[in-house]
Amino acid sequence: MRSETTTLPAPSALSRFLASDIAYSFRRSPLAVTASIALLLLVVSAIFSPLIAPQNPYDLKQLFIDKAELPPIWSADGEMPYLLGTDPQGRDVLSAILYGARISLIIGVASVGLSMLIGVSIGLLAGYFGGIIDNFLMRIGDTVLSIPTLLVAILVSALFREALPPALREPFAAIILVVAISLTSWVQYARTVRASTMVERRKEYVLAARIIGVRPSRIMRRHILPNTLTPILVAATLNLGLAILSEATLSFLGVGMPITQPSLGTLIRIGNQYLFSGSWWVVVFPAAELGLIVLAVNLIGDWLRDVLNPKLR
Amino acid sequence: MLIFLIKRIANAAGVMLAVAFIAFMTFKFVGDPVELMLNEQASQAQRDELRARLGLDRGFVLQFATFVGNAAKGDFGISFRNQRDVSSLIAERFPATFELVIVATVLSLVIGIPFGVYTAIRRRTPLAELLQFVSVLGVSLPSFAVGILLILVFSVTLGWLPAFGRGEVVDLGWWTTGFLTASGRQALILPGITLSMFQITLVMRLVRAEMLEVMRADFIRFARARGLRDRSIHFRHALRNCLMPVITVTGLQIGNLIAFALVTETVFQWPGMGLLFVQAVTYVDIPVMAAYLMVVALIFVTVNTVVDLLYAIVDPRLRQDALTGGAHAV
Repeated sequence: MRSETTTLPAPSALSRFLASDIAYSFRRSPLAVTASIALLLLVVSAIFSPLIAPQNPYDLKQLFIDKAELPPIWSADGEMPYLLGTDPQGRDVLSAILYGARISLIIGVASVGLSMLIGVSIGLLAGYFGGIIDNFLMRIGDTVLSIPTLLVAILVSALFREALPPALREPFAAIILVVAISLTSWVQYARTVRASTMVERRKEYVLAARIIGVRPSRIMRRHILPNTLTPILVAATLNLGLAILSEATLSFLGVGMPITQPSLGTLIRIGNQYLFSGSWWVVVFPAAELGLIVLAVNLIGDWLRDVLNPKLR
Repeated sequence: MLIFLIKRIANAAGVMLAVAFIAFMTFKFVGDPVELMLNEQASQAQRDELRARLGLDRGFVLQFATFVGNAAKGDFGISFRNQRDVSSLIAERFPATFELVIVATVLSLVIGIPFGVYTAIRRRTPLAELLQFVSVLGVSLPSFAVGILLILVFSVTLGWLPAFGRGEVVDLGWWTTGFLTASGRQALILPGITLSMFQITLVMRLVRAEMLEVMRADFIRFARARGLRDRSIHFRHALRNCLMPVITVTGLQIGNLIAFALVTETVFQWPGMGLLFVQAVTYVDIPVMAAYLMVVALIFVTVNTVVDLLYAIVDPRLRQDALTGGAHAV
């Protein structure tokens, strides 16, 4: 996909895209349009959270203890500018959500990127070379799939943290999570890419490239890879939702993001402690934001899968 | 058939060995257990003694072999945290998790199948579209958020159902059950719904897809031509033909549900093995973590292997497949 947009001049690429089947069925699907607009809003508000959030929730100077546990603005005790209320530390819930969503999205996107990189490389190698290499790599994949992914992710995340000295644990928390999630989700990409590589490798254009002496690494990257991208795109979209959920689950269980840089999962974990004190807004709003993000991503992923599925044409 | 059987079992054993290796490596990864178990004033002699008792003075391969041998006998060592036998810890927590998984499985079938049938046969109606949308919502909300919201509504606000624990349980000697008391049954409701949420959507989508497929088949058209009533066509003819994959997926998902139960158990402080594992992770109690990993993997691998074998018995083509390439049921 990327190589197309960079090699073609910009206006023709854009007009070509607008005239394509995908753009057409996108315009015809109200659910996909709504989901995309919603996701765009959520992503933009998360990225620019430092600019638009009423408060920097992690700057202790901006927290006032007399503003603690305020309910949302529409209830009788609500106060401006705390639209969604405050938590027991006097932190603005809306600001915390915006900052948290940014962390959740970054980790989700990074995990999908890394697992795609691992999966696509392994899939290409296994499919192109076949034989022992293929067998070895795919057996590793089978083993990963034979253990529930959540368990592997918890284990990897817990062990990496334990292996790091305590001072490094917080700065590396996000990286550990990305690695833990990627190590459990690359197999799907590897299997997909391997299957299409095995088909492509026998085609004439690959044979021609080999005969004129193109190196295998270049054949894999420049010739075979572009032809395996469509299923990867669908898998990546659907996996983005899963990755965000995995991150939230790990953070909720306490093996994810620390309280000092909370993701949405961490916020829900914190809010859960105040469940019985009646401050429902501290936990409900982060959960709603998380649900909205994943819902939007999943709706787009479902739509994309149906559009690109040749069987449903 | 015999070759297929041997192949599948060898495969399963290979996976279990790999899992055992991962479990074994977790011990190595976290550092010296002798340092973890003894306090700082321990003398060198005490250290050496413990090292020998744990078998850590031997070579790497020998240690791994001992670990696998002990694990095969159900001996996972002693918990670092409360100095108790790990296998008995897991055994006493297992019934709680298993009952939760059973409830979730039953719920997913009882709710998922009717919803799936409805969305397939009344495809264009608003209610079917709504159910279909709710099913996307079901996979988008993480189960812990669902659990928390349920607690908020039914325990905190309405006060109808308990928010944590198993309620009163009856001890049968080798098994503790919450099914026999009123409070035990009440305590199962919210965690059961939470755990089954994902499974319900899975069953529903599967039944819908299968029904849509079957409804196009010739025998359904003939049934209509014979003038059978819709009700009889849908349930007696179409649905029956969809149940095989549903049963398979339900079976295969049991391992996943056991693993995912750990999230639900954390939300509801449910005293199952998932909660034991999460607490072990917090305290870096490696023997418990390793044992849990191996028990869940064993259940997972056993279920997969049995399903594969059953398929091979039912469908002879798969045996041929297995000899030429990989056979993957479902």
